[in-house]
Amino acid sequence: MSKNSDNSTEPNSLQPQYVGIVARFASPGDLLTAARQIAAAGYRYWDCHTPFPIHGLDRAMKIRPTILPWLVAGAGATGALGALVLQWWANGVAYPLIISGKPFFSLPANVPIIFELTVLFAALTAFLGAILLNGLPRLLYPASTAASFARVTTDAFLVSIEAKDPQFHPERTAEWLRNLGAESVELCPAPEGDDAIPAVIKRGLLVLAVLALLPPLFIALARQHTAETPQEKPRIHIIKDMDFQPKYQTQAVSSLFADRRAMRPRVPGTVPFDPHWQPPPDGFLTGKVGNEYLTEFPIPVNEDVMRRGRERYDIYCATCHGWTGEAGQYDGMTSRRARARGEATWVPPASLTGQAVREQPVGKIFETITQGVVREGLYSMPPYAVQIPPEDRWAIVLYVRALQRARAPYPEDFQDSAPSAGTATASAAPVNEGHIKGNLAGDMRH
Amino acid sequence: MGSASTISRQPEVDNTMSDPTSRPPLVLGQHDFATVTETVARIPERPGTTLAWKLSFAVAASLATMFVVLTGYLFVTGIGIWGNNSPVFWGFPIVNFVFWVGIGHAGTLISAILFLFRQHWRTSINRFAEAMTVFAVVCAGIFPAIHVGRVWYVYWLLPYPNPMGMWPNFRSPLLWDVFAVGTYMTVSVLFWYLGMIPDLATLRDRATRPLPRLLYGLFSLGWSGSARHWHRFEKAYLFLAALATPLVLSVHSVVSFDFAVSLIPGWHTTIFPPYFVAGAIFSGFAMVVTLMVPAREFFGLKDLVTLRHLDNMNKFILATSFMVGYAYLIEVFMAWYSGNKYELFTFINRALGPYAWAYWTMVICNVAIPQLFWFKKCRTTPWIMWIIAIFVNIGMWFERFVIIVTSLSRDFLPGSWALYKPTLIDFLMLIGSFGIFFTLFLLFCRYLPMVAMAEVKTVLPQAQVHHRHAAEEHAPSELEYAR
Repeated sequence: MSKNSDNSTEPNSLQPQYVGIVARFASPGDLLTAARQIAAAGYRYWDCHTPFPIHGLDRAMKIRPTILPWLVAGAGATGALGALVLQWWANGVAYPLIISGKPFFSLPANVPIIFELTVLFAALTAFLGAILLNGLPRLLYPASTAASFARVTTDAFLVSIEAKDPQFHPERTAEWLRNLGAESVELCPAPEGDDAIPAVIKRGLLVLAVLALLPPLFIALARQHTAETPQEKPRIHIIKDMDFQPKYQTQAVSSLFADRRAMRPRVPGTVPFDPHWQPPPDGFLTGKVGNEYLTEFPIPVNEDVMRRGRERYDIYCATCHGWTGEAGQYDGMTSRRARARGEATWVPPASLTGQAVREQPVGKIFETITQGVVREGLYSMPPYAVQIPPEDRWAIVLYVRALQRARAPYPEDFQDSAPSAGTATASAAPVNEGHIKGNLAGDMRH
Repeated sequence: MGSASTISRQPEVDNTMSDPTSRPPLVLGQHDFATVTETVARIPERPGTTLAWKLSFAVAASLATMFVVLTGYLFVTGIGIWGNNSPVFWGFPIVNFVFWVGIGHAGTLISAILFLFRQHWRTSINRFAEAMTVFAVVCAGIFPAIHVGRVWYVYWLLPYPNPMGMWPNFRSPLLWDVFAVGTYMTVSVLFWYLGMIPDLATLRDRATRPLPRLLYGLFSLGWSGSARHWHRFEKAYLFLAALATPLVLSVHSVVSFDFAVSLIPGWHTTIFPPYFVAGAIFSGFAMVVTLMVPAREFFGLKDLVTLRHLDNMNKFILATSFMVGYAYLIEVFMAWYSGNKYELFTFINRALGPYAWAYWTMVICNVAIPQLFWFKKCRTTPWIMWIIAIFVNIGMWFERFVIIVTSLSRDFLPGSWALYKPTLIDFLMLIGSFGIFFTLFLLFCRYLPMVAMAEVKTVLPQAQVHHRHAAEEHAPSELEYAR
């Protein structure tokens, strides 16, 4: 575009005034004939504009074939390969799902998605390729200012030659085009101003862009935190889902009842269900008598309890503390995954066979299972009182003791001493008169 | 600009005769390039709207609004507001999904397959049919999305790296569906829009008011009809047609896998993919006829969408009706021939059980009534074909109802048998989906070029390069394009 044009009508400065010339032809056939001659005459910067595609015109104009087919083929191949890799990675490696015992990666099941992504990629490329290779969206053409240009999408068959073409001459080219059979020929003045986007639209887009920044900004402000000052408000829940249910917590107040207690007392006259029920031994439910932790098991200790303890331990505890209790060295699945994913809020489980836990009395271990571990106001280990009945919690404590002893045996364990089951009392002291036979815990899995 | 008075109103020429010695014209009424533009473009340019359009739009938009409100009710309350319950967990939502996805197929068939086969009569109806495809797929896509229950997690269907470390199960036909319908929607929209760019440019160049000029200008992307642009445009259009062609056949095949890959009696058959595709094209053409007959009447498009177009589409309906009828027969035959007593029971139950009324409605609407199209009178009389097409629409909805509900309500365990009882909400949402469809469709008729002007111009006699020059210097090979 000639930017220095001052739109004057001086006859001597024709060259910079015009950006091109437009000739209108009567029919597709006339245009085709003319196009062939213009191409033969060696014009370089020229084009035809027609309301519909005229077959043979691209050959007449010597338009080089587009590279679009190769782009589409490449995109289709990318889609096929991408779909294959995606499915192999997702279901074969990253997240293997066992479905009816079928292999994690099997080609036949992957064919539909390979096909769909091939088509999707190729179609998007065909569309975007056609638009972008054509240089669209575009505001101005050299022929834009011609009067006949407005009819090009209806019924006009135009040839436009740009002023920058070396053979262009306002008068001679016009005369030549008339001789080629053009119905009318007009010179195109340079469009006024280079920039046809109205200022209103530009300002509107700017305002929209600024407004679009506001929502993420508000979220960032609401959620800002650092390592020193962690965010204390809960995450923003747009959908409450089942995380927040209308329900009464324990000890909550309810206006529904006269005594304003949500927890209801037993109906008068309620009797125990179990006729043989006996009050539990001291410390059975808490692990403590008074303020003193129990150092001995309040239940009989035998091989059945040990087996029960191992089973319950493997179900409830091993997922974090590991099969052998040596968390830190042999973590359970949950802990390993949390570490692998770098979960920021994850507190690594304590080693149960380490010095600290070994020296705890059994009552203390029982209390930990019952109440969980609270650190900085948050549970680093949740309480298991709800899931595990007290008998099983004691059985787990027994098994934990066995794991500890397998890791840090007593001197007499190395002697071929006779087994003396029964009083497997465990206390803070590493040397203990009670015996847990080494081989009870000896078949634990590493 | 040509005015409406230049459009010649010739006496009706019968172009439905199959005379082998002369080709019937595809466009009637002495049109030239300008009058084709005038006929189509004056519809969106008309200032103000007609009373008929306003009334139709009011009804359609109200129904669409009702659908949106009910969807909100669904999200807040849960899918218990529908009749879906054990053992029929796929009730109306999936019936409607399969119905709407099937409707779309005729549009792609007309725009893609007929393009590849150089069936030039498609140029008058392809824009219209493609629009119908896009809107039908919109309606189809809504139902499975709201059927998932907790719809705010619907994006979990997509494979994206997430903090849960989870990936979807790529061996599930339901996930194939997500990809198939998503690709279908995308390619349909691209195809529709790419073909519309030159026509939007026509509307831009003719627009007199600033707002239409701005909007048509934005969406026509500065199209100028440059020969260099047409060159790439035509390549891209050809590729999209070639890509959409296998897509037409694949989408409903994948939808049928939702059923065929399961083990439920009546679903677990290999005939399902071709049977579903034939049914989809059948129902799609019926919907095109349903919409086309009134539209060409109201919007004055009879010269461009001639009786020959309708005749051709009715022949498609007749042919696909036979395919569907054949599938019904083969299903029953295979149930007997297989010796599988569950399969046999399912088909006896369909024909004679509690849903026999639905089964026989399906057979009568889909197989018996379309036989009327053997008569040329029925194929070329708009009101008769419109009524037959309505019956086909009803029949095809019932086909999906029969497949889904009869099989699920009587599965392997008699102890879990139960009849499906749709609720009022189910019916209102079915009607509401028609509201969405017609709202979009009426907007399309009012504001977009309903007929592909640039394409219709290529099939006019004047468009042939030898029309005037009598092939003086063109090799014969270049003439093959002339229809």
